[in-house]
Amino acid sequence: MGKKKMKNDRERTFALITIPIVLLFFCFNTLPLLKGVFYSFTNFKGYGSYDIVGLRNYMDLFSDSRVGNSYLFTIKYAVVCTIIVNVVSLILALGLNSKIKGKTVLRGIYFIPNILGGLVVGYIFSFFFTYILPAVGQTLGIEALSSSMLSSTKTAWFAIVLVGAWQSIAMNTIIYISGLQTVPEDVYEAGSLDGATGWRKFKNLTFPLIIPFFTINMVLCMKNFLMVFDQIMALTKGGPSQSTESISFLIYNNGIDGGQFGFQSANAVVFFVVIVAISVCQMRFMGKKEEQL
Amino acid sequence: MIKKEKHEGKVNVPVTILLILGCVTIFFPLYMAVIIAFKQPSEMTNDIMGALAFPKTWSLDNFAEAMRVTDFWNSLGNSLLLTVATVVVAIALHGIAGYAIGRSMAKKKIYNFVYLYIVSGMFVPFAILMMPLVKQTAQLGIANRFGVVVLYVVFYMPMNLLLYAGYLKNIPLALEEAARVDGASTWKTYWSIIFPVMKPMHATVAVLTAMSTWNDVMTPLVIMSGTGKNTLPLAQLNFQTQFGTNYNLAFASYLLALLPILLFYLFCQKQIINGVVNGAVK
Repeated sequence: MGKKKMKNDRERTFALITIPIVLLFFCFNTLPLLKGVFYSFTNFKGYGSYDIVGLRNYMDLFSDSRVGNSYLFTIKYAVVCTIIVNVVSLILALGLNSKIKGKTVLRGIYFIPNILGGLVVGYIFSFFFTYILPAVGQTLGIEALSSSMLSSTKTAWFAIVLVGAWQSIAMNTIIYISGLQTVPEDVYEAGSLDGATGWRKFKNLTFPLIIPFFTINMVLCMKNFLMVFDQIMALTKGGPSQSTESISFLIYNNGIDGGQFGFQSANAVVFFVVIVAISVCQMRFMGKKEEQL
Repeated sequence: MIKKEKHEGKVNVPVTILLILGCVTIFFPLYMAVIIAFKQPSEMTNDIMGALAFPKTWSLDNFAEAMRVTDFWNSLGNSLLLTVATVVVAIALHGIAGYAIGRSMAKKKIYNFVYLYIVSGMFVPFAILMMPLVKQTAQLGIANRFGVVVLYVVFYMPMNLLLYAGYLKNIPLALEEAARVDGASTWKTYWSIIFPVMKPMHATVAVLTAMSTWNDVMTPLVIMSGTGKNTLPLAQLNFQTQFGTNYNLAFASYLLALLPILLFYLFCQKQIINGVVNGAVK
């Protein structure tokens, strides 16, 4: 009898905790998501009255060159950043995990960029690209560097890649280090008996063992870089001539201030689908890789 | 024995040197920020030394001026308020959510569904919620600091629920059953037994939540824009035009904005790194 009462108390308490939490989550996550989907079928400007226009926003989306360019830029940015960040942080992690002096201090230093806010870091780098780098270029007589990277449509995107990478490498390095620490020492000993050294040792011994960490880093990187906003806001505000407008920036800029509430909602819905699709693909692909090994 | 010595003994000198040299890439932007923040506009010549040489005098005038222009103390106060409030609510609410949902998941399908429902919220980008949320918070009259905290609590719920529920899997049920036999209610059992046991996870959640909140620009930018209140990063954005071409003033302000988290990192480095790694790996 007493036990049953206890069980009921437990179930009731769990239900009383869960229901308000689910309601809260629904109100500020699912409900706005549904509203966003609804607005994507309207010509709402953000104020005043509006009509339902069916799929017109979606049709327009595919013929709008500004939206198309923002997708091209964002995906190019995310892919290049993800590759650079993972290559550099893997090398850095191998270095920081080897037998070096002052390991703790060095690890602490390399992690600093991760704790700093993207916007302020962007402003600092903006000055670097606008004044310092051109001055260096002029002094050394390097034509390509002698004008600001941020003012050319050809190079501005890469400047943003550098800033994004500078910040993200810190995080990925730490994750790779914790991955490398799970590799048992005797694996290396067995390997060195077989004469495995350098690149071969890394490719055949170390890397297969840290693939789960590689997966985490790829998925995290891709997702974060696809949502890039702060760096754009600080470095270029989408310029020059709209060449660095990320999807998030375009939705913010034209959706909130530009009177394209309905249209940008459609953009956001497509963006959401793209993010989910990319993340699922990545995890599937990596999952298969892990199974093979 | 011999093998062991071989492995522990040698310090890899070339790698150490390379890594120390590599620190330049971390320190250079910060060095540049410090130098420029201390200079006067007249010292900023167009060559490299104009920006990078030491200032003639180390004066704090720029910082005092930056504090005045950007309303530093109020922005700092707002940032602290938002961060502390979000962290406290996150630990209290997400912890108990993790307990209720995590413990019921195995037995009841509905909780399994609730868990997946909330965790999958991780993939919803802020961009799609942004515009409806601006409307919604305005209608509810919470387009202010309170509203921002509510939104943060909702945004970080998927991640934190995942962390807490995952951590609870390793805590044996026997621990609670002992308390239950003594007649303690479920509510009391949670606070007196489970909550303290989850301490390591509280630290991880606190670090992750605090860092995301502290550095976030977008949420306060779209939600609080009507209140005239700033967070530290938001102040940098909103006063950009007032800095004009006075980079010295701007950099003093940037440095002030970075200083609190740098100091915090200096003292809690280990906890921060551990927290971040735990969060990402789990």
